[in-house]
Amino acid sequence: MSERATVQFKVNGKSCAAEVEPRTTLADCLRHDLGLTGTHVGCEHGICGACTVILDGAAVRACLMFAVQAEGAQIVTVEGLANGDSLSPLQASFRKHHALQCGFCTPGILTTAHILLSEEPDADENRIREVLSGNICRCTGYVQIVEAVLDARAAYKQKTAASP
Amino acid sequence: MTAVRTAYIGQEIERTEDFRFLTGRGTFVDDYEPAGLLHAAILRSSVAHGRIRKIDASAAVKMAGVHAVITAADIGQVIPTIPIRLAPIKGLELYLQPVIATEKVRYVGEPVALVLADTRAIAEDAAAEIELEIEMLAPVPDWRAAETDRALLFEQNGTNVAARYTVNSGDADAAFADADYTRREFFRAHRHTAVPMETRGVVAEWDAASERLIVTGATKVTFFNRRALAAMMQMPENAIDFIEIDVGGGFGVRGEFYPEDFLIPFAARMAKRPVKWIEDRAEHLQAVNHSREIDCELEIACRRDGAILALRGRIHGDMGAYTRTNSGVVPAKAAQFLHGPYRIPAVKFDVMAYMTSKTPIGTYRAPGRFEANFFRERLIDIAARDLNIDPVEFRRKNLIAAAEMPYSIGKLVPYENESAYDSGDYHAALEKCLDTFGWNEKKKLQGRNVDGRYHGLAVTCFVESGGAGPRENVRMILERDGRVTIAIGSSVLGQGLETVFAQIAADALELPFETFQVLHGSTTLLKEGFGTYHSRAVVMGGSAILDGAKNLLSAIQSAASLQFNCRPDEVTIDGGKAKGPDGRMLTFAALAAAAGAVSAEGTFANNKRTFSYGAHAAHVAVDARTGNVAVLDYVAVEDIGRAINPALVHGQSLGAVVQGLGGVFLDHLIYDANAQLLNASLADYLLPTATDFPHVRGVTLELHRSPSNPLGAKGAGEGGMVAVAATAANAVAAALSSFGVQPNELPLSPPRIWQLLRGAAAAR
Repeated sequence: MSERATVQFKVNGKSCAAEVEPRTTLADCLRHDLGLTGTHVGCEHGICGACTVILDGAAVRACLMFAVQAEGAQIVTVEGLANGDSLSPLQASFRKHHALQCGFCTPGILTTAHILLSEEPDADENRIREVLSGNICRCTGYVQIVEAVLDARAAYKQKTAASP
Repeated sequence: MTAVRTAYIGQEIERTEDFRFLTGRGTFVDDYEPAGLLHAAILRSSVAHGRIRKIDASAAVKMAGVHAVITAADIGQVIPTIPIRLAPIKGLELYLQPVIATEKVRYVGEPVALVLADTRAIAEDAAAEIELEIEMLAPVPDWRAAETDRALLFEQNGTNVAARYTVNSGDADAAFADADYTRREFFRAHRHTAVPMETRGVVAEWDAASERLIVTGATKVTFFNRRALAAMMQMPENAIDFIEIDVGGGFGVRGEFYPEDFLIPFAARMAKRPVKWIEDRAEHLQAVNHSREIDCELEIACRRDGAILALRGRIHGDMGAYTRTNSGVVPAKAAQFLHGPYRIPAVKFDVMAYMTSKTPIGTYRAPGRFEANFFRERLIDIAARDLNIDPVEFRRKNLIAAAEMPYSIGKLVPYENESAYDSGDYHAALEKCLDTFGWNEKKKLQGRNVDGRYHGLAVTCFVESGGAGPRENVRMILERDGRVTIAIGSSVLGQGLETVFAQIAADALELPFETFQVLHGSTTLLKEGFGTYHSRAVVMGGSAILDGAKNLLSAIQSAASLQFNCRPDEVTIDGGKAKGPDGRMLTFAALAAAAGAVSAEGTFANNKRTFSYGAHAAHVAVDARTGNVAVLDYVAVEDIGRAINPALVHGQSLGAVVQGLGGVFLDHLIYDANAQLLNASLADYLLPTATDFPHVRGVTLELHRSPSNPLGAKGAGEGGMVAVAATAANAVAAALSSFGVQPNELPLSPPRIWQLLRGAAAAR
């Protein structure tokens, strides 16, 4: 298992390279090779959604991909959602609505909800619950998470309206 | 002068913690990576009960990147056992868990060997190469098998029945002999567990030069755990630091002392390198404390008019293979909380604890209560129906009245004193629940098939204890820059206590909320701390902060008196400023800049529990063709005395209800007849998702403060959970009343409901 491969991709706008074993998951590569520990690993078998990152515009489970499969991809992790120290409207809405407690599932929920609202800024509660049903949260019971996502829609609608 | 706004208690302040969690800057245990790290993987028994014949690690140690394989033989002549922290029920001490299996294995998942390697992947590869030969012995899959003593888990003890005791209050047998009406039913709560999103993990660093050990990833009861580890490793306590960083949920299971909490520090000392172990999810489901597996035979005696005369019952607790730190809590509290919020003149409960060849039992949010409320409230609905009394009226008739407070339920726990409910208006909480739920409007649906589904409604009542003693400690430091550091013995597992504690301190010191930084849990902060369990953090830690703030103000007066050349009692404190008798004034920040940091300690000691209380109501619709239950509305009402941050309390309530509904309908640790765990993955162990229970409401009341602490607060983290099985099961029973089925065994999964209906149809 000492065979190594080099993988290159962009994470949060920055070019990154890592030497990994072919069997290294994208989640482990981001966390342990690149030090981006905001992406969390809750089950390592694709159920809990905590490790969800945005890969070429899609929300994907970083524990179900090998790092080498992400060669050349554009990746956004939770660290890339804020603008420096100022929270994105979605993040601010999570804080306002107390949509997190322990914070462990939060990165995967933010990345999932960000893609949902980017694609469907009019998503209703049922649609939001349907999409978030791939992310497990043990603390909140989801009520305040759904409220936060609903409340963040306005910011995404403005964005959609502003873009040509 | 400008007054500082000091009413932080009761405000929905945004959490201090959230910025770091929302931006991915939290630090959870696997995020901590000291240089020179070795990674550990644990080989666990795949057999429920057996004798270890051979452990051959010769191939594993030869693998590239492997540093060591540790088995019981490497640990020493005497293998340490994990001590009891809570609920020292006589007998349970004979079944303690060794930190690693020696001659026998007694559950699937018991640690047998530890591999240290350069990476976690190599460690896991090597663990798979260890040749482990186990002679299979007869499994003990449940308490009925345990009771026969045909196969003994601990031969030297001669029995699998670890404990047996009876508690009572009044003369229950006499009451039953004279009663107009009695009814006896058998109930079963099933084995499930908390499943926090972050699995457990430990990083241990050994400093060979100073012979010191640092253990990172600690939480919940760090001081107790440090004491336990020091004894096991034969080290002085003060040579070990337990460091608490961010924790991804606990719910009772995280932070108790487990075998790995010895094995990883031991390995670090042996290897003289930092060692990290991160539990994977499959390990978690077989290694972390399981909970809830209680069977109960319960009997009620009533007058014809519905007045309860007595309760009598037998609690059968499946303890799993070993007594862990708090195992006894589960059956003991299942017995104690059978009494509930009702006026019951006589109770008598027999409690039995059996050892079985399954993962050990420990506490999970609302331990014993979830079960006890289910048993009692189910029986009450059955009795009300038998007596032709409306179940709401039945409860109104029997609820303890506000004028009867404090209300003693007697001594129902062998290791505790008599318990008394502290304060409350149980009727008011029930009425609030009925109003919020819209009981009168919905009542017409009761038991009817309206849309192809049978609708059912239920309301239940509960009491819940919190605020366990004995003490909590805090140190408060006015720093030179004017900020105030709060170092507290309470632990934080994701509840938002950094925010809540700062709110309490801000009011006490009349300083802005932003002034405070809260440090918690680590053993480096204080001489002694007591941690977070039994809904105690705000009651005990928050009250300690009030004491610390009072002492800090005295220390500030003393420091200011030196600046003003006056006596300390001539210094007045007002809105974050110290004023001298001559009118000179210093802000706290200016005082600390001039005089240096000022610090004071605070403590709060109390052995009286707080008792929150409330009512839950549910509206369900059952599809009789599939057995599927939809929860159409759920309302949880709880009086917690005083809400420091109502938004956080609301979050606790909603989260607990949904966790509880998972415990009723989804979560289930399934074992086969050989005591093999069949569903050790989240693909098979079902947890609530965002689509499962969308209609959940919570109402927090602040009607009656607790008289036993200066904040007046009661525990708030578990009341959303305690009555969920009771309420959901009664609603299902009400929906299916025309079929005459009694859902008395959890979980109420579609197959279970379907089988009940099928059985009822066959009986006709």
